[in-house]
Amino acid sequence: MLREEILTTIEKNSRVDVHELAVRLGSTDEMIAAEMARMEEEGVICGYHTMIDWEKTTLDKVTALIEVRVTLQRGQGFDGLAERIYMYPEVKSVYLISGGYDLLVTLEGRSIKEVSTFVSDKLSTMENVLSTATHFILKKYKDHGTIMAKKPEDERQMITP
Amino acid sequence: MRNPLCEKVVNIKPSGIRKFFDIASEMKDAISLGVGEPDFDTPWHIRDEGIYSLEQGRTFYTSNAGLKDLKIEISRYLKRRIGVEYDYNHEIMVTVGGSEGIDIALRAMIDPGDEVLIPQPSYVSYEPCAILTGAKPVIIELKAENEFRLTAQELRDACTDKTKVLVLPFPNNPTGAIMERHDLEAIAEVIEEKDLYVISDEIYSELSYKGDHVSITQLPGMRERTVLINGFSKAYAMTGWRLGYACAPQIILQQMLKIHQFAIMCAPTTSQYAAIEALKNGDEDVSKMREAYNQRRRFLMDAFKRMGLECFEPYGAFYVFPCIKEFGMTSEEFAMAFLEEEKVAVVPGTAFGDCGEGFLRISYAYSIDNLKVAIGRLEKFITKLRNR
Repeated sequence: MLREEILTTIEKNSRVDVHELAVRLGSTDEMIAAEMARMEEEGVICGYHTMIDWEKTTLDKVTALIEVRVTLQRGQGFDGLAERIYMYPEVKSVYLISGGYDLLVTLEGRSIKEVSTFVSDKLSTMENVLSTATHFILKKYKDHGTIMAKKPEDERQMITP
Repeated sequence: MRNPLCEKVVNIKPSGIRKFFDIASEMKDAISLGVGEPDFDTPWHIRDEGIYSLEQGRTFYTSNAGLKDLKIEISRYLKRRIGVEYDYNHEIMVTVGGSEGIDIALRAMIDPGDEVLIPQPSYVSYEPCAILTGAKPVIIELKAENEFRLTAQELRDACTDKTKVLVLPFPNNPTGAIMERHDLEAIAEVIEEKDLYVISDEIYSELSYKGDHVSITQLPGMRERTVLINGFSKAYAMTGWRLGYACAPQIILQQMLKIHQFAIMCAPTTSQYAAIEALKNGDEDVSKMREAYNQRRRFLMDAFKRMGLECFEPYGAFYVFPCIKEFGMTSEEFAMAFLEEEKVAVVPGTAFGDCGEGFLRISYAYSIDNLKVAIGRLEKFITKLRNR
């Protein structure tokens, strides 16, 4: 229960410190610290990331979603191929997907050309890869549950309570 | 020319904090902990049902008591949450917010001269609504040492042979006080003995942080004497939709409905469709919001403790009610100085009755980040006062 409460609270803001978590969840510093350590140990908490809107920076970033269709030989699973793909640092995520294709790969590069080169030189040439379809992301409206464009403003009016 | 005005209305005091709020709202960079409504938006699936009903052209009046489907959902909800059964057909009506329910319940039950018991500090509309019916409002001053709960003794002491109705405002705005089962059992005895009726304003029922809310209607013999007021504003963050409901024995409800049908016709149709969705699929939203409020509540209580500011632990609504008597200022002086010097608006306790003197209402219907900034300023301010 405490575990789930911690996770729900830090899912949106991982910077909440141990003491504040303890206060907000009605627990103690020691219990929170121990539980966090356990979850890191068990791989429940896999990392603490920062959400960045790269659009607003001077760095160029291009993100693409790539559908990959594969053909497997007898006795082979998807895992081996997935590993060969995710070992590339420019690959941000690899999912096994149900439906019309098999793997969904998220790729980040500095330019369209860089991404295209990766797809044509690295990905498509892999054994077992039948075909790929590359979709470049033009605009992120919402990412990780956060709406990118809107800055919320308090529009509540003064009303006699 | 003759005086165009009704004496009864003219004599009602305007809300004491109007002036204060006018100043606060003019101050551009002030942060407010004064607002008494949720900071969350209405959950999207609920808004979407409202929009859909408009697209479908459901822009007619509903029947006076409200949409049948909504009344059925309300009765299911009450069964589910407090285990009390109300017949949707004769004992439930949909109102324009909980406020309308309070008004028409008083109007349906009070004859001029009847006494209405109003525990204070409490929401500002009970007393004026009672006065408009010709009732004599009798104030019960709740005490900090009782955590602002109503005790059987206080209730008994306030009763005369003219006492007819007790307004029961728990979980309470502005104190955040709740009444637990044993507290209710104690007053239920007096209610029975003195043959009182109860208007139980349970608009904050979903925002209870010490186990589930207990309604007085759950106690033996109390459902028959109670008008239960609730609504969607606080639980589902739907203040602007203006939608509440009242549940009462048919003999009372049919008279309330009479006033409602002549004065209001019916509650807003779009809101009623949205509310059906809220009751059907909104339980999880409510529990998420409750958890968020609870975290903020604990955060504030911890901050008060750290800075040595006296405050009983409130278990309901989204208010804390710290005591500022140590500073030798009135609530209004304190609030005004805090606003001017640190640009934070809080509400003086006196806005909710004279016995709110020496207290402040601080709302935690604000994000934790907002609260952190405001609490930082409060700490600075009281340190300054203590050093003066």
